[in-house]
Amino acid sequence: MANTLESPDTKPKLPQRLQNAQQQAADWMQDSQFWTSIFRPGSIFRKGYTDSPRNRSYVIMNSVLYHLHPVKVKRHAVKVSYTLCLGGLSFFLFILLTITGIFLMFFYRPTDTAAWADIESLHTQVAFGLLVRNMHRWAAHLMVITVFLHMARVFYHGAYKAPREFNWVVGVMLLQLTLLLAFTGYLLPWDQLALWAVTVGTNMMGFTPVFGEQVRFVLLGGQQIGAETLLRWYVLHVLMLPFVIVIFMAIHFWRVRKDGGISGPL
Amino acid sequence: MTEIPEHLLRRSAEARARATGAPAAGEGEAPAAAQPDDDDGVTIPRSLLEASQQPGGAPAVAGMAPAGGPAAAGGGVATALPPLMAGPAGNTHRLLTVVKSGSIQDVKASPGDKVHVWPHLLAAEFTAALFITAFTLVFSLFINAPLLELANHNETPNPSKAPWYFLGLQELLTMFDPMIAGVTIPGVALILLAFAPYVDKNPSLRPEDRKFAISVQTIHLMFWAVLVIIGSFFRGQGFNFTYPWDTGLHGIFHL
Ligand code: HEM
Repeated sequence: MANTLESPDTKPKLPQRLQNAQQQAADWMQDSQFWTSIFRPGSIFRKGYTDSPRNRSYVIMNSVLYHLHPVKVKRHAVKVSYTLCLGGLSFFLFILLTITGIFLMFFYRPTDTAAWADIESLHTQVAFGLLVRNMHRWAAHLMVITVFLHMARVFYHGAYKAPREFNWVVGVMLLQLTLLLAFTGYLLPWDQLALWAVTVGTNMMGFTPVFGEQVRFVLLGGQQIGAETLLRWYVLHVLMLPFVIVIFMAIHFWRVRKDGGISGPL
Repeated sequence: MTEIPEHLLRRSAEARARATGAPAAGEGEAPAAAQPDDDDGVTIPRSLLEASQQPGGAPAVAGMAPAGGPAAAGGGVATALPPLMAGPAGNTHRLLTVVKSGSIQDVKASPGDKVHVWPHLLAAEFTAALFITAFTLVFSLFINAPLLELANHNETPNPSKAPWYFLGLQELLTMFDPMIAGVTIPGVALILLAFAPYVDKNPSLRPEDRKFAISVQTIHLMFWAVLVIIGSFFRGQGFNFTYPWDTGLHGIFHL
């Protein structure tokens, strides 16, 4: 025994020793109280994760994902051909929009004198500014489309029928909120496209009987679109509507689970 | 697995020994091993009760026949005191018993055909998220978001169009009185849409049973889709009707 340890040719080579050291460091890390306090049993980041039914359950049960997903779902519920993942895609697009939107907020001031120039310099002065703005813009249009298609697929599957009636109503609210988010964002670049599209859009609002004029006045902060409108729509777009839509999404996802997962096959 | 406490292990070993050893020792000497013919189906059979008290050694609760042979009572050192409380029928609630599922609980959920969310659903969702991000990224690399000239109240572009998802409404405005086009039609459509589950009481999910609902919804969706397409591609100067091949598709991404 002692001989073999001393003999030079059995001593592990440097790469091997480095690998061992790395393995030891990883083991030490994964055994530490710090690590195990973050990753609960069953986490794929824990030492010795194996693919067992129990660990598959733990991955969900012991992580924040448990707020969104049950441990198991009906086999047909994971068929992409059933949901086409449209609800999920709407949600991802919302996340993508939140991330890119936060980036844009660092460079944008919602005043009639600064807004347009800020977007302009975003294109030319800010690293990846144009790309991120593009992504925010196109993801927004895409989300309107996916939400609409999601609604269509839910309808054609009859998935709005009992016990899912109320979740459909929540869905219609989500559709309207999505449109409002897209529309309020449309004004923010403060260019000719924004100004006149919103002018046309809000003129239609004025036709609503009884309180149409008043609603329009409150939304525009005046008789016509101006600096006040820009500030109001900015606050609606970056704070209030996202806040409201997140609450409705939470209810929506919760109801999907409470109503027994997604609806059955036709 | 949790460890089985030592005293339980000991007790089960004793019970097993009794069950296998007793018949050989003779019927009369081991009443505990006899068939519980005193089972009235309601209370715990006396013979079982007695058997359960045997290891404790001490004579059972007052009013009950002394249990087992003298061997059990021997030794003189009581290792476990008999329970002090006893029910009316001598029921001491110390028996462990196997209850068939369904006899006292109502089993509502059947296992069904289920799969684990991880990895089956999460993998699909992750792929979808990657796909949509990649799509948006690549699209954004090639096509820029529009930024026209600074907003100017004195210069109305011709045509002035609402965002595409409201073009259906703008289209309606060219055909009807604003009150009807801007309020009545969209209002009724939206309310009917929201209350669809309460209007459509047909419980079937099968398309062949839902011909009416499917037709109505298809017409409804097509109605808006066609209006949006007309508004987007077939409206030129003064919002007059044109063909896209006449006006050209320039500015198609001014969305
Ligand atoms: C922001 C918009 C929305 C998001 C993020 C969203 C998200 C989701 C998700 C993730 C699901 C799970 C199944 C699937 O992916 O298809 C779902 C189901 C459902 N959604 Fe939505 N949704 C939205 C809008 C809508 C709209 C506009 C409607 C209808 C008007 C709607 C009605 C429903 C219903 C009824 C279900 C249950 C479907 C079933 O059981 O098969 N949702 N939604």
